[in-house]
Amino acid sequence: MKITREEVAHVARLAMLEISEQEIVQYTEQLNAILEYADKLKELETENVVPMAHVLPLHNVFREDEELPCLSREAALANAPAEEDGMFRVPRVIE
Amino acid sequence: MSSYETVIGLEVHVELATKSKIFCSCPTAFGKGANTQVCPVCLGFPGTLPVLNRRAVEYALKAALALNCRIPSFAKFDRKNYFYPDLPKAYQISQYDLPLAVEGYLEIGMEGKVKRIGITRVHLEEDAGKLIHSGYGDYSLADYNRTGVPLLEIVSEPDLRSPEEAKVYLEKLRSIIQYSGVSDVKMEEGSLRCDANISLRPAGSSAFGVRTEIKNMNSFKAVQRGLEYEVQRQGAALDAGRQVIQETRRWDEDRELTFPMRSKEEAHDYRYFPDPDLVPVIIDIDWVEAIRRSLPEMPDERRRRYVAELGLSEYDAAVLTASPSLADFFEAAAAACQEVKAAANWLMGDITRHLKAMGLEIRETKLTPSHLAELLKLQNEGTISGALAKTVLDEIFATGKRPGEIVSEKGLFQISDKAALGAIVDQIIAENPKSVDDYRGGKEKALGFLVGQVMRQSKGKANPELVNTLLRDRLG
Repeated sequence: MKITREEVAHVARLAMLEISEQEIVQYTEQLNAILEYADKLKELETENVVPMAHVLPLHNVFREDEELPCLSREAALANAPAEEDGMFRVPRVIE
Repeated sequence: MSSYETVIGLEVHVELATKSKIFCSCPTAFGKGANTQVCPVCLGFPGTLPVLNRRAVEYALKAALALNCRIPSFAKFDRKNYFYPDLPKAYQISQYDLPLAVEGYLEIGMEGKVKRIGITRVHLEEDAGKLIHSGYGDYSLADYNRTGVPLLEIVSEPDLRSPEEAKVYLEKLRSIIQYSGVSDVKMEEGSLRCDANISLRPAGSSAFGVRTEIKNMNSFKAVQRGLEYEVQRQGAALDAGRQVIQETRRWDEDRELTFPMRSKEEAHDYRYFPDPDLVPVIIDIDWVEAIRRSLPEMPDERRRRYVAELGLSEYDAAVLTASPSLADFFEAAAAACQEVKAAANWLMGDITRHLKAMGLEIRETKLTPSHLAELLKLQNEGTISGALAKTVLDEIFATGKRPGEIVSEKGLFQISDKAALGAIVDQIIAENPKSVDDYRGGKEKALGFLVGQVMRQSKGKANPELVNTLLRDRLG
């Protein structure tokens, strides 16, 4: 076993996913199958290969430091489930 | 309290002074109406793509080089995942294992000795929005204007050994960032913020004790006081045989104490991974060297030059070079009147007092270097006394008029006429027989009192040296 049921439950909590006991068992099996498959990579000789930090073959894509018009406040808030005083109203968060 | 050594490391966030945000073209101006500087990118709308602001990278590199960092050739951005509504995407774009800069340092002066404080890393990330917690309802309100403003995180090594050192480090860091010109570094506007890690260990021990992280210290003074409180609190716990709990604590400015913040243990499991929406940044030597060449003279170099070339003391040179605007002002004024020492003394004394009272930087006032140069010339030529010069300075700050103009308008010329002053001196001698006797009886201090009375009677216009001579002649 690569990944335990506890780890699956922990990751689900972090991602704010509600999953049942049955799903935890199911996902644990599936995730382990995936991880075991990825283990095949260990068969390769990687002694002299630099670890890959990013998958894209591009680098240094920049924009210049220029201001462009923003959304109007009305447009910005148009999809908000709730608003107040020009701000997004969200469930209370306590620090 | 037993003998403990304090170990402090600081995490400082600096907002970079780019015109637009780090990954979109929204403006970064401070204090605008809520949610008026937002777009689909910084609001995290589906289908949008962030594109890195070149100037944010250049500013970050500039600050990093000013902090003597090494710039690795390859850097990338990662997602730091957490659910908190100050960020609409549910992750912050930051840098995890391959930051822009590493292994730097800055030097602080402590008790006449130079101490080097290591900088572990400097990385770029996006700022979060502002949350307002409603006093009554069961909700919070979010303003995303600050979301996506480029933020530089500067992490120090645990090299600081006292709250005082932490404050001096912060002042030096602010000075260096100001010189490099990449941020306003105003703590009151939140463009410079500081969190601290602090632990105690028995004196002589090399292992680290259990640390706490202190947040919400919103001024240089708060950083020092928050850390001082924490030294006492942890020391008392260790003395009583209790363990310090590793936790995040919040500094309460009003109650002057820290208290634990309620947070779930697993909230710190950020599950970083490379952001697939952004491509890596490759920084070649030419780019690094071009930015290095664009750095101005830094505070340490400038301080050494003031001591070596202008003959100022270490202390004066350090005070004058702390902020680039003060140092520039000083050099311009000193060059215009050739009165190096006098210019330094005025800047560190009366002018600094005015600036503190007004809460302004020198370049935000009506006083210019040529005002100060002219004022010093008038004083040096004997047209006005030191006391009158202070009156003229007040007037310059208020009106911006030329010193010569103020002197003529207000008739502030120094009285150096022997006959005119002699009359006042005779009057003061007649009115103060006791002081006269004291002086004649050997009390040198009594003369100072009499000089003061003459100055007062002349409304500060008397030439103090002449008053001194006249008094001595008459009482001798």
